[in-house]
Amino acid sequence: MTSEEASLSIAPARPAAWRDPKIRGIAYQIVFVFVVAGLIAFVVHNTLVNIGRQNIATGFGFLHREAAFGIGESLIDVLPADTYARAFLVGLTNTLHVAALGIVFATILGTLMGLARLSANWLVRKLAQVYVETFRNIPLALQLFFWWGLLNKMAPGPRQAWQLLPGFFVSNRGITYPAPLASPAYKWVALAFVIGVVATIAVRRWASRRQMASGRQFPAGWIGFGLIVGLPAVVFIAAGAPLAMDVPALKGFNFSGGDAMSPEFAALLIGLVVYTGTFISEIVRAGILAVSWGQSEAAMALGFRSGQRLRLIVLPQALRVIIPPMTSQYLSLTKNSSLAVIIGFPDLVSIANTTMNQTGQAIEGIAMIMAVYLCISLAISLAMNLYNRAVALVER
Amino acid sequence: MADIAHDMPVAAQAPPPRSSGLAGWLRANLFNGVTNTILTLLCVALIAVAVPPVIRWGLVDAIWSAPNGKSCHGGGACWAFIGEKFRFIVFGFFPANETWRPASVVGIFVLMIVAACDRRLWGRRLAMLWVVGLCAVFALMRGGALGLSKVETAMWSGLPLTLILAVVGMLFGFPLGILLALGRRSRLPAVRAICVGYIELVRGVPLITMLFMASLMLPLFLPAGFTIDKLVRAQVAFILFAGAYLAEVVRGGLQAIPRGQIEAADSLGLSYIQRTRLIVLPQALAMVIPPLVNTFIGIFKDTALVIVISLFDLLTTAETALSDVNWQGFYIEAYVFVGVIYWSFCFFMSRYSQLLEREFDRGKRR
Repeated sequence: MTSEEASLSIAPARPAAWRDPKIRGIAYQIVFVFVVAGLIAFVVHNTLVNIGRQNIATGFGFLHREAAFGIGESLIDVLPADTYARAFLVGLTNTLHVAALGIVFATILGTLMGLARLSANWLVRKLAQVYVETFRNIPLALQLFFWWGLLNKMAPGPRQAWQLLPGFFVSNRGITYPAPLASPAYKWVALAFVIGVVATIAVRRWASRRQMASGRQFPAGWIGFGLIVGLPAVVFIAAGAPLAMDVPALKGFNFSGGDAMSPEFAALLIGLVVYTGTFISEIVRAGILAVSWGQSEAAMALGFRSGQRLRLIVLPQALRVIIPPMTSQYLSLTKNSSLAVIIGFPDLVSIANTTMNQTGQAIEGIAMIMAVYLCISLAISLAMNLYNRAVALVER
Repeated sequence: MADIAHDMPVAAQAPPPRSSGLAGWLRANLFNGVTNTILTLLCVALIAVAVPPVIRWGLVDAIWSAPNGKSCHGGGACWAFIGEKFRFIVFGFFPANETWRPASVVGIFVLMIVAACDRRLWGRRLAMLWVVGLCAVFALMRGGALGLSKVETAMWSGLPLTLILAVVGMLFGFPLGILLALGRRSRLPAVRAICVGYIELVRGVPLITMLFMASLMLPLFLPAGFTIDKLVRAQVAFILFAGAYLAEVVRGGLQAIPRGQIEAADSLGLSYIQRTRLIVLPQALAMVIPPLVNTFIGIFKDTALVIVISLFDLLTTAETALSDVNWQGFYIEAYVFVGVIYWSFCFFMSRYSQLLEREFDRGKRR
């Protein structure tokens, strides 16, 4: 019938091969692939010609040469005499460092602000809204300049440093804060913490199995709290509670003791956290609003306490809505950390930029940046997808 | 039981606390319960600590006019700096005696955006208005005809540049995004693979990489002897970047089209192009207008990144103004001024997208 209709409406009947969608599809694809491949070949050809003409070196051989530029800060040791490969590694660790801290703090800030926007308290709600509307609508680059200007250019020298809290100083050398003095006790406390976490998981497994089998509940929450917080605390006190802190003190023209964040690192971290926090707060708010009030009412009718209601009914459903957009926020925070280049923090992009300027090998530099960010993106989405699968709706 | 209760005298109860009026509102919204009272007091304390110094710095102690930077360093803000640098920050290197040209360009952009927000105007006439408006923008910026002196693109800077990068990036990125989204939903595996690869590659790397690529690698990609303007290079990067992000937004709309619509179009004998143009896209695009506005806000903010390839957008002109030896150290003033400009645009548009979202929802609610 369809062929009859087709032959009536579209005049001449053609050979079947022209009309066959399968054959046409293959033809379209061949044309498309040829066009794309031709475009790529054209670009590659031009690039090779241009490189040959301008005498630009190619290949990754430059990675083994001496970089000959200093790097302001790094988690691993680096000297100007080190190779470009080492410099790239430093940039990568710096990027990962700021991104990891940024993700943690932005999640905390964003969650708090998202909850605050749903608060029953009018003032809390409005303050959170002012925060979100202000910082979401200003470009991150501008915010980074602002924080950097504040910390690096406006902040006084160490002698007149602003003291935020006892031991916390803000000066043009960055943010200086107390750090606990190294003590062997910390190793044992950390070990106790790990044991506590493992034991809690085991207890919870056992408790839920027993509840499934016998219906009897077990206060796994309290036991877990005791194991995770109490055990390390006991170890800490048993070790003599070494509370000595390395408090920064002014010595000559700078602080000595404590830990410090450079103005660049602090500005980048604050900027990323404050900016991404606004988006996370909107995600958290939307996620919680997405759980209908009837769910809470049903939980109350079943006699759940408010903590149980949040933990067992509301959060699991809200997380399902929250996690996918949260993943993209984590990804964009990581990508946005590349803005470090504008305030001179030596992240991967800024080191690659210096390298490209020194060696003239733009293609290799950009290829390395792209490869690294694609790997990071894939790793974060993989981790979040695994987590998402764990909390996703299990349908019958 | 009930009868007895009826006969029992009931002790008089105190009236419930007032729920109307100022006192009632305060009780319901600020002091309902111990936790909320503590939170309210903490917030009031925070405001009391933070707001007065800001007002003192920005208004009370501020200096509104000064001959040079040295006499402008008091305890407060130096708005005289903004007054002195206003033209440069907003219009950049555009010849000073031609300032009316970039100023009317900004005016035209604002008019076009406001007109686009009025749903009664959506349609052919608005498209015509935009075409005319964009032609006017380029005529005014470029000059060289109608008695206007020619101005090189290197001189295009400040707010007009920011607006051009964002609007042109969005306008040209949009068709690219639609094609990529259709390609990603295609039944042809080769087309799908190439589109997915492009979208994921561009979305996986920072915009800075795209800008570096445009400024450093694009000249290498083109045939020898073929030079390309720096502004055009950045614009190409923005279009390619916007295309990938818009593709994902459009895909959201495509996925929301019920299968029956496509089957109905097929049964009417529409070809793929007819079906897409007449049935699928009109519905899909209407659905994704609010996220499209949000994407535009993102692209508008992202234009601030062109500082890395030394194009003089609004943020870069502010940075340049800060390096004047006669006016040193007015960072906060400059950033606040530029921030307010960015903020006004973004806030207006985000409010508009929220409004649209509510209106679009209205049909689905009962």
